[in-house]
Amino acid sequence: MTYVIEGKKDSWQVVLGLEVHAQISSKSKLFSVASTNWGSDPNTQVELVDCGMPGALPVINEYCVDQAVLTGLSLNAEIKKMSIFDRKNYFYPDLPQGYQISQFEHPIVGKGHINIEIEGKVKKIGITRLHLEQDAGKSLHDQDIKNSYIDLNRSGCALMEIVSEPDLSSPIEAAEYVKKLRSILRYIGSCDGNMEKGNLRADVNVSVKREGEKLGTRCEIKNVNSIKFIQQAIEFEAKRQVNIIENGEKIIQETRLFDPNKCETRSMRSKEESHDYRYFPDPDLPPLIISDEKVNLLKEKLPELPDEKKNRFMREFNLSSYDAEVIVNDQGTAHFFEKLVKGRDPKVVTNWITGEVFSHLKKINKDIKNSGITPEKIGSLIDLIVDEKISNRQAKEVFEEYMKSMDDATTFIEKKGLVQLSDQSEIYKIIDKVLSDNPKMVDDYKNGKDKLFGFFIGQVMKISKGKANPKLVNELLVKRLKE
Amino acid sequence: MNDFENLSISSAIEGLANKNFTSLELTEFFIKKIEKHNDLNCFITSTFDKAIEMAKISDQKIKENETRPLEGIPIGMKDLFCTNGVRTTAGSKILENFVPFYESTVSNNLWNSGAIMLGKTNMDEFAMGSANTTSFFGNVKNPLGSKVNKELVPGGSSGGSASAVSSGLCLGSTGSDTGGSIRQPASFCGLVGLKPTYGRCSRFGMIAFASSLDQAGPITKTVEDSALMLQAMVSFDKRDSTSSRQSIPDFSDYKKLSIKGKRIGIPKEYMIDGLNSDIKKIWDSGISWFKSEGAEILEISLPHTKSALPTYYIIAPAEASANLARYDGIRYGFRHNADDLNDLYEKTRGLGFGKEVKRRLMIGTYVLSAGYYDAYYLKALKVRKLISQDFEDSFKKCDLILTPTTPNVAFPIGEKQTNPIEMYLNDVLTVPASLAGLPAISVPSGFNSEKLPIGLQLIGKPFDEISVLGAGAVIEELRGF
Repeated sequence: MTYVIEGKKDSWQVVLGLEVHAQISSKSKLFSVASTNWGSDPNTQVELVDCGMPGALPVINEYCVDQAVLTGLSLNAEIKKMSIFDRKNYFYPDLPQGYQISQFEHPIVGKGHINIEIEGKVKKIGITRLHLEQDAGKSLHDQDIKNSYIDLNRSGCALMEIVSEPDLSSPIEAAEYVKKLRSILRYIGSCDGNMEKGNLRADVNVSVKREGEKLGTRCEIKNVNSIKFIQQAIEFEAKRQVNIIENGEKIIQETRLFDPNKCETRSMRSKEESHDYRYFPDPDLPPLIISDEKVNLLKEKLPELPDEKKNRFMREFNLSSYDAEVIVNDQGTAHFFEKLVKGRDPKVVTNWITGEVFSHLKKINKDIKNSGITPEKIGSLIDLIVDEKISNRQAKEVFEEYMKSMDDATTFIEKKGLVQLSDQSEIYKIIDKVLSDNPKMVDDYKNGKDKLFGFFIGQVMKISKGKANPKLVNELLVKRLKE
Repeated sequence: MNDFENLSISSAIEGLANKNFTSLELTEFFIKKIEKHNDLNCFITSTFDKAIEMAKISDQKIKENETRPLEGIPIGMKDLFCTNGVRTTAGSKILENFVPFYESTVSNNLWNSGAIMLGKTNMDEFAMGSANTTSFFGNVKNPLGSKVNKELVPGGSSGGSASAVSSGLCLGSTGSDTGGSIRQPASFCGLVGLKPTYGRCSRFGMIAFASSLDQAGPITKTVEDSALMLQAMVSFDKRDSTSSRQSIPDFSDYKKLSIKGKRIGIPKEYMIDGLNSDIKKIWDSGISWFKSEGAEILEISLPHTKSALPTYYIIAPAEASANLARYDGIRYGFRHNADDLNDLYEKTRGLGFGKEVKRRLMIGTYVLSAGYYDAYYLKALKVRKLISQDFEDSFKKCDLILTPTTPNVAFPIGEKQTNPIEMYLNDVLTVPASLAGLPAISVPSGFNSEKLPIGLQLIGKPFDEISVLGAGAVIEELRGF
């Protein structure tokens, strides 16, 4: 469905382009051997280059180059045999060299694309480019009333800036795009995608237009660091622009900031105030040459990516597109699924993963990989249900407790006395009690009130404390009521 | 006490090896001499205690027959090279109190070869100048001025280094050459100055002026000394991405070089307007010396020579405008406190940098600005390629190029101060080789009527320092002094 903003006069479409900054998961920085370790004491992860000492020189970290190439390959993009590092000049206290080393005219990765899926429809989103650049340090303004402090631990960390074409046309598409990108980055391991730590953040370009019109003037919302905020920022900004245009005014091209507390964007600087960055090739760094051999070697290292995996899961396990998408989004989950599904019904396995397992993970705020949950643990529980040792409902009820225990499923349910009641005579006993306790209802049922069947089942289950085999209860109850 | 004033490095090495004197004696001699010649203002910072300490170690090494190539040789270190624990200023107020906690590769290489640091030599601020008149620490005097009873400039930017060697305050010194900063002062002070091929010496720890041009090199009394010092200075350095992996030869092999049959190119474009007639004469003499040694002399053309100076004065300031952005008063160096951030930047940089540096930063900022980039910087890069191509073409026809080093001899302090272009013209004959990254040497070749020295420049093929040194030695042999 097309996302449309209904203004007072017209309907408006939104045009979005994202610049995603992804910090490369490398041990050391882009041009120095300083550690990238997060959360260290301020200014303890700083080499000469990172604090702009006189005579300090940058030396490229080959690992970061490899990660950029890998990422480019996973975005179906062109890897440039030669790229150039440029200096982007501006003064800021947390920019120690007085310039940021970036790539301007000749980025390491050119055009590519990724696919996103919205309501079952695949949409191709163009990637304009990916380039490598240094991160800046951090200014701390809340340490002292009079002084600002600077932490250069982040200064010089490697960033990939991934620029999309203006192919996105709704907040949800933007969100899906970022999710997909993050999923891919995590699959290949080039970025951990942690938005809370700021390891993945986006600049969002927003403009609006009436259908059939040319692109409108855009505003750039800087440094949005959660998928929810990206959506909120777009929604606010698009409406703001529609109001301005419908009031007969013009959009001024500018950089804006999103305030998550007030859920609004605010002007940061206009185009006239924008810096002239005076980009020029960094004479300290020769052109970056990437050989075909290197590209081929890295191609071989590429893992199965989310889209391929999804297609395979749909093919091999007959999963729905939606389920497959949910399962492959996180590589750890996909691995987990593949182990768990061996010898088990894919539909049952999928339901358990996307249901109980996901809600458990949400509770403990961990991803599956480091949650400690093993496929064996979940598998043994599923097996007991399939073998009708316990009911699905029982399993769900005790799931959280089971996750906390160290036992396998069989031991656990034995200890809990949870074994499913499948003894016909025992079940008949309960049924008979329920029917004799409710003679009026039995009469009503026999006179055509079919719905009461569910009531009888519920009562039986209640008395058996959920242990009765539901299938059997069903069978026997039908029989009894016919007598 | 011996008089070491006219000693060369090579003879000092011999004297030390033969135990004619000790490194300590040598070092103490130069310390006294430096103290006596404070008026020349060659040194910004002296490191006498360190020198004595190093000399004692050297004497021990000599005693134990563990002599390194420059064991016990006292030198001056241009104050552009960061020296661990020793103040390094680049001749600027903005680094007046800056003490590095790391060592430049070039200085480190020299200390590892046994050289001894007498102090940090004066220089034009951030190596921007051709007369050593832009240093925050004052002008340096050329010792040869006493011959003509004038206060003459030593040239720049390595003016302190050249003046110190020329006046016998040290046996040799390091310089750095961006557009002529080694060769021009060497020529003005009657010394040998060698700018190696770009990439021969690591730039790590050498305070940057224009990164694509900066190259360290030695200033010495003789060609032999030049080869000795160069050998100690060069290295491949993984900390400098522009450092060359080209194999390093034994530079003393220049002695085996025969000039016979070598083709020496004489570029007609170097016959510029305003070339001093005495210099022209010496250039002609140079040609005849090589002829007499059996070299083939041929006229060549380097058609883009006239564009070299303007090209240089776009590229070098452009790079400098970014290289010097780090001096902002935030982390180290001079800071002028202010009420807000912009005020802090403006006051710190406004007061911390001298006039010439500010001029070049403004030029550099201008030529990189939106709307001007293509017309200035981009065009300059293209012309730079053409200049390199000129040399490449010429080196298909000849082995070496012989030119004067400077259009004029040392001039009085205070001259050429009003019009910066006049000062920039000093570099007109040295910048082309800088832009092409080629090795070039200036060798004292004669004198003008006032007995002021004149240097000739030899430019070689990339990484062919040996031929450059070899041809320099021919001049040394035949010049008649």
